[in-house]
Formats: sequence, C-alpha cells, structure tokens
Amino acid sequence: MDAIRTEGLTKHYSVGFWRSRPYIALDNLNLEVARGEVFGFLGPNGAGKTTTLKLLMQLIFPTAGRAWILDRPAGDVGMRRRIGYLPENPTFYDNVSAEELLSYFAALFGYRGVERSRRVAALLDEVGLGAERRMQLRKYSKGMIQRVGIAQALINEPEVVFLDEPMSGLDPLGRREVRDLILRLRDRGATVFFSSHILADAEAICSRVGIVAAGRLVAAGTLAEMVPFRIRGWDLIVAGLSADAVAGVATRGATATAIADGRYHVVWPATATADEALAFVRSAGAELVSVNPIRDTLEDFFVAQVQQTGRRSFD
Amino acid sequence: MRAIGLVALHVFRDSVRDKVLYSIVAFAVLLMAASYLIGQLTAGQDLKIIKDLGLAAMSLMGLFIAVFIGIGLIAREIDRRSVYAVLAKPVRRHELLLGKYVGLVGTLVVNLAVMAAAYYVVLAYMAWMLPPAALKASPAPPTDPRLLLAVAMIGLELALVTAIALFWSTFSSSALLSAGLTVALYIAGQFGADLKNFEQVVQSPAAGTIGRALYYVLPNFAAFDIKTQVVNALPIADGYVALTAAYALTYIALLLTVSVIIFARRDFK
Repeated sequence: MDAIRTEGLTKHYSVGFWRSRPYIALDNLNLEVARGEVFGFLGPNGAGKTTTLKLLMQLIFPTAGRAWILDRPAGDVGMRRRIGYLPENPTFYDNVSAEELLSYFAALFGYRGVERSRRVAALLDEVGLGAERRMQLRKYSKGMIQRVGIAQALINEPEVVFLDEPMSGLDPLGRREVRDLILRLRDRGATVFFSSHILADAEAICSRVGIVAAGRLVAAGTLAEMVPFRIRGWDLIVAGLSADAVAGVATRGATATAIADGRYHVVWPATATADEALAFVRSAGAELVSVNPIRDTLEDFFVAQVQQTGRRSFD
Repeated sequence: MRAIGLVALHVFRDSVRDKVLYSIVAFAVLLMAASYLIGQLTAGQDLKIIKDLGLAAMSLMGLFIAVFIGIGLIAREIDRRSVYAVLAKPVRRHELLLGKYVGLVGTLVVNLAVMAAAYYVVLAYMAWMLPPAALKASPAPPTDPRLLLAVAMIGLELALVTAIALFWSTFSSSALLSAGLTVALYIAGQFGADLKNFEQVVQSPAAGTIGRALYYVLPNFAAFDIKTQVVNALPIADGYVALTAAYALTYIALLLTVSVIIFARRDFK
C-alpha cells in the first residue's frame, strides 16, 4: 500500500487581471511514496512544492489528475484523521496559547479529557515549548511558531506527515532537532513527506527524494541512484607550505589557496590518489591538517537538473 | 455538529480576548455613561435621551464588532494562512464556516449582554436620581423590560450583519474590501422603505422597478429598528417581532448556504 500516490496531478492558475493567461504551477505529477519512507520533495522557490502539498491537502483543487493518501482520495475527511500537515510559514491565532491551540486541534481529532491534556503537554515538551505553553501566540518568535506548527502536525500521532519547509525560520540547533524528530517519526513507522530547498537536510535524512522544477518532476529516486558518489578529487588543508611547494602544487594539476595563519586549501585532482597527495605534503615538509574526498553531492545533481529544466522551459 | 461546536468555542475564546473588542465595549459603556451628562442639559428629557443614546450605542458598537472582528475571522484567516492547518484536520469546510459564524454570534451576544447590563445600571441610577415628578412624566418606566426587546432586535440585526460579513469574506481576499462592502450594504439596507416607494418619487418606471427589486434583494435593516416605539412606549404591531425574526433567520440561512457553497470550492492560493 502506498502512503501517497498521484496520477497526472496538474494545477493551472489564471494570472493577469485584464488579459488573463494560464500559469502552470504543477504539470502532470506522477509520484508514489511507500509507507515508512522519508521522502524529500526538493526544488527551488516557485517550483511547485507548496502547490503539490496544497493539492494533497485539498486546499486547492487540481485542474487535472488525482491524488491518494493511504489509498483514500485526497479530499477524504476520514483519511485526515491519519495524517498531519505543517503549512509553509504557518501562522495561528494571536490570542490563544500554544496549549489552547493544540488542545483545540486535539479535540478536532476526538481526543478528550486527560488523554488530550497528556498528549498536548508531551508534544509541547517534545518541540521545546513546555515552559511557554501558556503564553499567547502573539508573543512567540518565528522559530517558536514553527515549533508550534510542527507540534500541531503531530497531535494525532499521524501515519503520514506532510511538512512544508519544516526547517524554515529555525536556527541551526532547531534544524538539527527537526531532523532528529523526522528520524524518530520514521523509526516509529510513520511516512514523512517534506519539501525543502535546503539540500543538506534532505541528504541527511531522506530515503528517497524527488526534484521538482518549473512545475515538473524532473527526477525521483534514492540518493544512491541520483548521486553516484564518485570521488572527484581531494580536499586538503595544509599548514607551513613554502612558496616553492605552492608553485609545485600547480605543476601537478592541483590548486593551492591561502586561507589564514599560513594555512592553505589544496584541491588535488582525482587523477592522483590520496597517497600521492599526502606524499607531496610530506616531501614539502608541510603539516597536514585535514584531508577529505570531494564527491558528487545532491546539490550538484540538483543544480544540473534544475538548470536543464530551465533551459528546456526556455527552449 | 461536534466540529462546529469546537470551532465556535475556539472562535469565542480567540475573539473575546481581542483588544479591539475591549475598546469597543469600553467605548459603548462610556457613551452610555456620558448620555447621563447629555441628559442633564435637556430639561425633562433626561430619561428618553439616555434610553435613545444607549440603544444607539449598542447598535453602533455591535456593528463595529460584527464587521471588524467578523471579517477578521475568515478573510484574515485566509490572508494569514491559519486556515491551512485547520482544513487539514478532520473538519469539513462548511463545518469550519458555520463554526466561525456561531462563535462570532456567541461573542456578539455576550458583548451585547454586557452592554445591556451597563445600560440598565445607568437607567437604574437615573431612576434613583430623578425626582418622582420627572419619572411620572416619562412615557415608560426607567428600567422598562421592553427595552430588552429592542436589544434583541439589535442582536438579530447584528447576526445578519455577521452573515453578510462572512459571505463577502468567503470569496474576497481583502479584509478591507469585505468590511467596506458589508458597511455599504448595511447603509443601503437602512433605506428599505425608501426603495420600496422609489417609484412614487421618480419619473422613470424602470428606476422605480429597480428600486423595488433592490428592496426585495437588499437586507432591510430598517425593519429591526424599534427603538422609537420602545423608548416612547408606543405599541408594536402583533407578531411584528416574530415576523422580523423569521425574516432575519431566513436571510441568514440563505447567506450561509451561499457562503458554504462558495467556500467549499475556493482555492486557497
């Protein structure tokens, strides 16, 4: 059973007041996400990520195509008992507290009495808002609202969680916490579908990703399928490199860039082995600070795909 | 039904804490208290003026609450996207809309009750202060229970204004536009009787027909105004209040039905 499935999902808008013309926000999206997956839906701003999520939540209606969540049509109210959704840059009600908001949402799912209070308290603790639970939301920072948004998406212990830009507005610590939270959700068997334009997040936690650009899905698969992880060179940080040695680096097809405090960033081509690079450093009497392989990254793949799509659209 | 109740309760909780609401109610109470001073300036008319001004203050402040908080409930909710998280919950769109309406009408009823209580306190104070001769000259007793009938009609009028505000908000993305249209319709609705008799004052039969058509289509807010009859202890026709209430409820039901249909198909871009 798929957690999420779309067939030819398409959304057109009319833009322009006087002479309206169609704008294709999403074009023929065919997607399948299996249960238990952490699926990263990646793309630049305006690519169609939020449109897809809104279509899945039936906040907008498709021009063509269909979508299913947990084998039920996307608009099914009964199915919504089993899913959670964090909108992009969420806002809630100014005059209620996080505790009241979550209690309201929990009640909509049928939670009552002690069970509801327990669930709300546990979630607020989990997202790090336990101490501010009774503060009105108008006094919350952007990051705190984002945490409330994440908590409300999990209020019903959902089987499928949709997160639209979950790291948005969070500091590095908050982003780390959200990544850990997504992995905990995966560990308890939930499916997580999240959109992001921050590729490092996707690379760290996704089992599969889809790349969307200009309203079209341009690639989908596991990270291993998309990124061959071949070594493209060696990245060295070296201290105490003499002027002669810097010149010697260039003759071997490598580059050396001064950083600070006598340190150099040396990029060695993949045509040489790591041993050859290290042997050069030793022979130059320099000190090796670090060495890392340069691999293909998701970012490289992403940029190539998005640029190709851009060119195709332009052509 | 449970979802409607939960949404209504949440709306009530959110809106009764709105600072704008407190300002409006405080202003209304202040206006009623001030009417005592105005009454002092007019020989023998104190009580009548206080009654008139108090009811007018309730009506006007209630209108502000209905328009500004009412429109904020849907238009601002869409504008600020807080509706997204709610509609992803097991709540149907019509349940959200009706819950919002019930919650706001509940807020209005509570505020109207607070204003009416303050009104009666001012009137009771007047009854205590006025010399017996002035009381005797007054057409109705100071704390006349019939005043509650006028308050109830204001409540019905505001319930209708709220339904109109909700109706505009279901398809307009601009809160300001919705507020403007609601107030415009409220003002137009005050001239119901004039529209009905429009053909008697214009030469063009077409203009007369349009006037009459508008009379039937626009909400007749003038019908809810029984202040003069109540304050001056004039009789109100048998069944008038019941008929007006039925008119309001029918109009509200129609507006809510159309709002539900529009809201069910709306794209939240």
